Amino acid sequence: MTANNWRRWVFKPIVWILCLAPLALLVYDGFTDNLTANPIEKITNTTGIWTLRLIVATLAITPLRWATGLNKLINYRRVIGLFAFFYGTIHFTVFFFLDHQFDFGAMWTDVLKRPYIAAGFAAFVLMIPLAITSTTGWIRRLGGRNWNLLHKLIYITALSAVLHYYLKVKLDGSYPVYYGIGVVFLLGFRAWRHFAKRAASEV
Amino acid sequence: MLIKKPQDLRESDVTPKELYVRRREFMAAAGVTAAAVATGGFGLVGDGEVSAQNPNAQKLTNLKKSPFSTDEKQNSYKDVTTYNNFYEFGLDKADPSKYASTLRTRPWSVVVDGQCGKPGTYNIEDIMKYAPLEERIYRHRCVEAWSIVVPWVGYSLSEFVKRFEPTSKAKYVVFKTLVDPKQMPGQTEPALNWPYVEGLRMDEAMHPLAMLGLGLYGEVLPNQNGAPIRLVIPWKYGFKSIKSIVRVSFSETEPLNTWKQQQASEYGFYANVNPQVDHPRWSQGSERRLGEFFRRKTLMFNGYGDQVASLYNGMDLRKFY
Repeated sequence: MTANNWRRWVFKPIVWILCLAPLALLVYDGFTDNLTANPIEKITNTTGIWTLRLIVATLAITPLRWATGLNKLINYRRVIGLFAFFYGTIHFTVFFFLDHQFDFGAMWTDVLKRPYIAAGFAAFVLMIPLAITSTTGWIRRLGGRNWNLLHKLIYITALSAVLHYYLKVKLDGSYPVYYGIGVVFLLGFRAWRHFAKRAASEV
Repeated sequence: MLIKKPQDLRESDVTPKELYVRRREFMAAAGVTAAAVATGGFGLVGDGEVSAQNPNAQKLTNLKKSPFSTDEKQNSYKDVTTYNNFYEFGLDKADPSKYASTLRTRPWSVVVDGQCGKPGTYNIEDIMKYAPLEERIYRHRCVEAWSIVVPWVGYSLSEFVKRFEPTSKAKYVVFKTLVDPKQMPGQTEPALNWPYVEGLRMDEAMHPLAMLGLGLYGEVLPNQNGAPIRLVIPWKYGFKSIKSIVRVSFSETEPLNTWKQQQASEYGFYANVNPQVDHPRWSQGSERRLGEFFRRKTLMFNGYGDQVASLYNGMDLRKFY
């Protein structure tokens, strides 16, 4: 099989299956009455945490490429990023619909009043332009340089998402902190490389 | 919507258990549409089942009906017994139902001390006979903004408190939960400062709505719901209703309750349900009633304002949250 075929028939389907598994499990739990006594909370929490996990996964791809030389990993970043947006959209919609019945004014009041909702809202909204401009056509239209710059918004999304999670936890903040450490590490790795490269070019 | 029962469903009307257990077969056989199964399966409609489900539990019979009971739709036994905040058994709401079987509720005694005429050690079997058992269907509102309706069994906390003849120095009643990591595996972690401590002002404890909880759904309390003896204070957030009580102390001073120890800016001593005073991080203006799709408005004092508001006359409830 050619490299292209591997990608198309093996690796891409694996990525799709992995990304869809959390949703499939939710649906399965729904049909088997296993979503706890508070299914809405369960759906919200599950889609929320998977949004964050997939954001972290997309952020990990570039450092992984540098570290391993496996440049082809880049082929999977877009699909993982879009799945992050997919779970984020479910997460946001549950909140917008069930908490606010699609009343934009009521939701906006909530955003302004509650730091954890503001952080989550910012994380979600900043993903929208990234999802829209994720196509090859948009990369061409914007030019690689601008496109890259725009997609750095994911850094803010990742940090806001961690903050959102941290502010929501009632007692044990250790998981949000672990995610925070992960995100800071992945961003720090970029910063370190950026400055190392610049220093090298100045020599 | 096929499985939705009328609002005025009473316990005696409940489907016989044999039928209930087989209801999914019936539905399948009847060729229920996928949509209906999905809605029912996702638990968003609520099964309306209110019958007790533990065949081994001791039944509590001859229960008096209480005028304090709400006629709102009760949550299912499953909801009430599988969705619990009881950190002595773990932080996840499913943990208590999974791990509370290690709790031994017999023999059980409660130590009474402090400013009272009859300190001592009292046996649970005797405590259960201090007053006729009543069924009280109360709304229960968690500080996390969800709520349930539970048919508790017990009697007024005042009947219990009076027995010990509190003196005029007794301004507060303090309650403590068992500490035993062998029985309560969550206590091997310092999630909270053990033992769990709660307290009430004396007039709150003597209020007829305040209840000593000994059972639910006509049975003794399941372990995960705070067996064998707990408080049920329906106008306060759930964390005030301390579970598995082993000590009752009459005190001159206000105790520092567990959640206030944990984060005094977020959880106070009074913890009255109050839609006007938000938790610093989230709104208390509305709540999710388990089994309902949309949030509902939270009521002042959880809807018990007519009875209890006078306890707090002249108090700034923003300050004493």
